[in-house]
Amino acid sequence: MTAREKVIFEYSRAGRGALDQWPAPVAAAALGDLPAGLRRQRPPLLPEVGELEAVRHFTRLSQLNFSIDTHFYPLGSCTMKYNPKACNQYAMLPEFLARHPLAPESQGQGVLACLYELQEMLQAVSGMEGVALSPMAGAHGEFAGVAMIRAYHRARGDLKRNEIIVPEAAHGTNPATATMCGCVVREIPVTGSGDIDLEALKAVVGPQTAGIMLTNPSTLGVFERSIAAVARIVHEAGGLLYYDGANLNAILGMVRPGDMGFDVIHMNLHKTFSTPHGGGGPGAGAVGVGARLLPFLPVPVVGKAGERYRWLTEADLPQSIGRLSAFMGNTGVLLRAYIYMRMLGREGMRQVGEYATLNANYLLKCLQDAGFDAAYPQRRASHEFIVTLKRQARELNVTAMDFAKRLLDYGFHAPTTYFPLLVPECLLIEPTETETKDTLDAFVAAMVRIQGEAEHEPSRVTSAPHTMPVRRLDDVRAARQLDLTWKPTAQP
Amino acid sequence: MAFIPHTAADVAAMLAAIGVARIEDLFAEIPPELRVKSLAGVPEALNEMEIGRLMSARARADGIALSFLGAGAYEHHIPAAVWAITTRGEFYSAYTPYQAEASQGTLQLIYEFQSMIAGLTGMEVANASMYDGASATAEAALMAVRANRKSRSARILVPQTLHPHYRQVAVTTASNQGLKFEELPYGTHDGITAADALARYEGQDVTALVIQQPNFFGRLEEVDALTDWAHARGILVIAVVNPTSLALLKPPGEWGARGADIAVGEGQPLGVPLSSGGPYFGFMTTRMEYVRQMPGRIVGRTVDSTGREGFTLTLQAREQHIRRARATSNICTNQGLLMTAATVYLSLLGPQGLMRTAAAAHARTRELVTALTRVAGVRAAFAAPCFHEAVLQLDRPVAPVLEALAVRGILGGLDLAGYYPELGHALLVCATETKTSADIERYRSVLTEAMQSVRAA
Repeated sequence: MTAREKVIFEYSRAGRGALDQWPAPVAAAALGDLPAGLRRQRPPLLPEVGELEAVRHFTRLSQLNFSIDTHFYPLGSCTMKYNPKACNQYAMLPEFLARHPLAPESQGQGVLACLYELQEMLQAVSGMEGVALSPMAGAHGEFAGVAMIRAYHRARGDLKRNEIIVPEAAHGTNPATATMCGCVVREIPVTGSGDIDLEALKAVVGPQTAGIMLTNPSTLGVFERSIAAVARIVHEAGGLLYYDGANLNAILGMVRPGDMGFDVIHMNLHKTFSTPHGGGGPGAGAVGVGARLLPFLPVPVVGKAGERYRWLTEADLPQSIGRLSAFMGNTGVLLRAYIYMRMLGREGMRQVGEYATLNANYLLKCLQDAGFDAAYPQRRASHEFIVTLKRQARELNVTAMDFAKRLLDYGFHAPTTYFPLLVPECLLIEPTETETKDTLDAFVAAMVRIQGEAEHEPSRVTSAPHTMPVRRLDDVRAARQLDLTWKPTAQP
Repeated sequence: MAFIPHTAADVAAMLAAIGVARIEDLFAEIPPELRVKSLAGVPEALNEMEIGRLMSARARADGIALSFLGAGAYEHHIPAAVWAITTRGEFYSAYTPYQAEASQGTLQLIYEFQSMIAGLTGMEVANASMYDGASATAEAALMAVRANRKSRSARILVPQTLHPHYRQVAVTTASNQGLKFEELPYGTHDGITAADALARYEGQDVTALVIQQPNFFGRLEEVDALTDWAHARGILVIAVVNPTSLALLKPPGEWGARGADIAVGEGQPLGVPLSSGGPYFGFMTTRMEYVRQMPGRIVGRTVDSTGREGFTLTLQAREQHIRRARATSNICTNQGLLMTAATVYLSLLGPQGLMRTAAAAHARTRELVTALTRVAGVRAAFAAPCFHEAVLQLDRPVAPVLEALAVRGILGGLDLAGYYPELGHALLVCATETKTSADIERYRSVLTEAMQSVRAA
């Protein structure tokens, strides 16, 4: 790891610039029509650097990151699988990049064909009746899904249904989405073996139930075995079932949410379908619906008439929940997912589910054999699993966070820590299908070494990381003494 | 095979370690009646060469036209270094920087981005980006309801001169929480929000006023007067701005006596390709006093346990993974990769390069309007001033004219008939620094033919 890299403004020198990148100057008279009162008086604070300086600076910054291309990245619930280079290259063909979103359909039949076929493939793997691609992230897809549930109840004149049921282990976006949609959240517990508490569910459903938000396999890394009973209870109460597609990788090609009774699903294309996470986005959260919600899909959707593709808008879907993005969502991300799915094909879909599950179960078994505690030892892992370090925290005073930080020193990105909230000192580990057995073995070896350090030299672990560009950061200071933008004065 | 590296020997060893005979046995907990029967809707796999051939053919079918479309997405020159850096695996394939020590590159880059966006808008603080300009506008309305504690109405005044799609997204996003969007009319003679439209809100409880500058028509609104009017009545001001224009135009932080309260916009002009509409990114800024009401990720500079400078996500108590149902928004992701591109873009352009880009775009649009209004039956709809986009009025329906242009390889602009029928045969056109005088002359000459081929109304 390289040393601290200066903030780019610190390289700035008045009058320097990447001049070859700029257009030729225009005469001041060309701006004469802009009223002085609406003009900017002082130039904006932006860095003035040459091209090489900028390239070096950002290349150095990139080298301070862990990434899938450089490190094993077993972040539970995030599906950090390899992002194939072909998906990027062919989604960035010049014609695709140059196409304006408002260009006529006659000059977009190529891209529209890809999007239409992507809708069809997502429909096939989810078991739903219709798909819309415009949501721009998982949470955005969740929003679309719950908004459709609300629109469905309203269209039937059933105005009382404003409660969304969420298991306590759910992703934070689920309750936050329910609030965004103007709903009230009802949380329900799970049993000791990781299934939904059906009695608690029966107690909360009623004429006020809009729906339930679930993922299956659940965030506990196990398959929700009573899903059929959950679906029956919620449907009989008049509610709908929402599937959070965060964990679709586990069951891709094996089980379809539509067949489990779900009415609406969002799919994180940046997880299961391998579009890049990009340091925090862009994602894509396509939504799929069963027959009851078809009229409410967000616009635009790609339709086909004869051999021509066209955008379906509110004129075609008058009951649509409306538009979610200025244009057509994250089209470039959708193209990457399309390319990935075509390269996988039917057989590849099934292999993803199989090998993601194989890798997770193998890694879990190896860690158990090495003395680590599974949170649900009696259960089969799905594509991910939870290890709890409760014992290490109690006996050695070394926490899950300490293990996570020490893993960085061994060249592994940390698993997800302290989620789900109901398992103490947990590591949620998702290896994905694209990792070799050798990598998994090396990860186990690192965990064993850290356990040894925790027993014999705990400060080595509790003060980790030691080899990163920085040590543990002062988050309290960050929040109390807010320094959110660079300022030309008061630099160290 | 599906990017799976396992050898047969690996699989055998792994199954033996787990203690099962077949991979299939790992799925024993799934009720058999739920298992997939058919994936008939998914075709057989293509290898890399085959998918390359297919995608190239589809790209070729779409081609690259000479485009004068703007309307919220703008063609600008993107320096080669922007995407060479952005697609580096260390940025492209990293996750959200939750493990700060292993993500200092992304975190510092976000801090630099926040600094540049704050500098450009003249605002105190920026977040790490939103999905796009439309969703950022919708989130700004929700934020204004939280921030304006004196107002109880959740009424948001939205000019009709705001991008029509932004208005639609705001309604989709925020109406479930009870926000009411009320549209302000504009003058059909001058294309800006009518000052007398505000008079009827005197003495009423209004939460926020949205102002887009330049507006959807490219026209410049009287931002100082509108801002001061709102502030005098306890109404927050949400600015929606084009980032390129801010090299030339007064930044929202300086509008009126106090400046806008929240400024958002579409970041696409800053190094992001048009790409049929996305991925783009929205930017969002505000005053420090409202930072805890702002949605989205925020990065702060701090120190590590040895006193060394470093960067981390901060103010996370606003966010869904901590606050769940009481979060400021359900937003989880930002548009990290696009924000990365924009940060590289702004570094390469700097204040001078961005100024040249804005000036060249504006000059080209004036040249375009001058050229096209020489064509018989074409005139400018509104008097100046505009910024890099303008409405033309035709003496016949726009749609068939655009079709005739498209056949000749020119995308002539956006037909406003569906959005603003009251403007008659109106056409929104745009030129940026990417257009040459020869391109403009070609448009003029082809438009002359196209107008003749379409009968006057």
